[in-house]
Amino acid sequence: MHELSIATSLVRLAEQSAREAGAARVTRVHLRLGVLSGVVREALDFAYDIATEGTMLTGSELVVEDVPLVVWCSACESERSLSTITRFRCPTCDAPTPDVRSGRELEISHLDVEGEIAPEPAGDGAAAGALPQPPWSPFRSVPPS
Amino acid sequence: MSARIVNVRQKVLRKNDGLAAELRERYRAAGVVVINLVSSPGSGKTSLLEHTLEQLDLRAAVIVGDLATENDATRLARSGAPVRQISTGTTCHLEADMVERALEDWDLSAFDILFIENVGNLVCPASWDLGEDARVVLLSTTEGEDKPLKYPTIFNTADLAVLTKMDLADVLGFDRTAAVESVHDVRPGLPILDTSSRGEPGLDAWLDWLRARHAEAATRIADPV
Repeated sequence: MHELSIATSLVRLAEQSAREAGAARVTRVHLRLGVLSGVVREALDFAYDIATEGTMLTGSELVVEDVPLVVWCSACESERSLSTITRFRCPTCDAPTPDVRSGRELEISHLDVEGEIAPEPAGDGAAAGALPQPPWSPFRSVPPS
Repeated sequence: MSARIVNVRQKVLRKNDGLAAELRERYRAAGVVVINLVSSPGSGKTSLLEHTLEQLDLRAAVIVGDLATENDATRLARSGAPVRQISTGTTCHLEADMVERALEDWDLSAFDILFIENVGNLVCPASWDLGEDARVVLLSTTEGEDKPLKYPTIFNTADLAVLTKMDLADVLGFDRTAAVESVHDVRPGLPILDTSSRGEPGLDAWLDWLRARHAEAATRIADPV
């Protein structure tokens, strides 16, 4: 269930972009999601509700555009859309097609926003980006025994 | 002001990707080759690494990720190689910032090769770039030949597939041809090596592959970017 990590990153990117644009609230996030992104849509929807709580995205809608798998067929010298992610072969000539042209996308295309605040300068400002670090360190060295 | 649209056009994981790019530069400058091992739990990542550390004639270090326990790090540290455990708590994969913090005070130029043993999971680790030179996915003979078809993304993003526990292939009725076909259905042309940590065919092909990756990294440092 890595979708919560992804949803958290998504919220941070959306908040930062909205702040830079001087928006007070985000009402919709438009996400491009490739079929080969490794993200499960239902799990992301679930995680989105949790990750947006108490943020500028509270109550917003996640609008997902599915991006199909497109590969390059070197035999046909042409791009081909595949309807499956478990058989990387050209639907026309059956040649193997390892070269992925699209389908890995996991990106925010745009936001619907409203309200107005003073815009923040671009960049990963502390207010917009950084989360507090935990006081404990999860790393420990193990000496050779 | 009324509702409006803000264009973003950015990757959701851009922070991780940016950090991974920084790590990649750091590995490159230190001349260390970095291998990210991914697989389902129990497919033999730690055993493969234990025997690799014994047999490989390169200076190696290991970062190992698990939700909990330091059992794997303790096993691997017996080789004498520097080992760090990342306990991810509830996170099902490693992210670039976890690796960066685990590396803290290590002088990477003291190593030829750094192994990152990811959390046992065939789904989540696929999305996170750790700056590695190669992502290696393990498929054990005990798992079933169609595993790649069930978890296509991680096999598709790998640079090498390693078949593990091949000494058990006969007794398990493992159909190697079917397994290779499954791998190539989701990633045509992916190189595949047969290994066994405890019997035949041993680790020779794998060790040779690692030495070749290290030789490439050494060429890189001789010709800096």
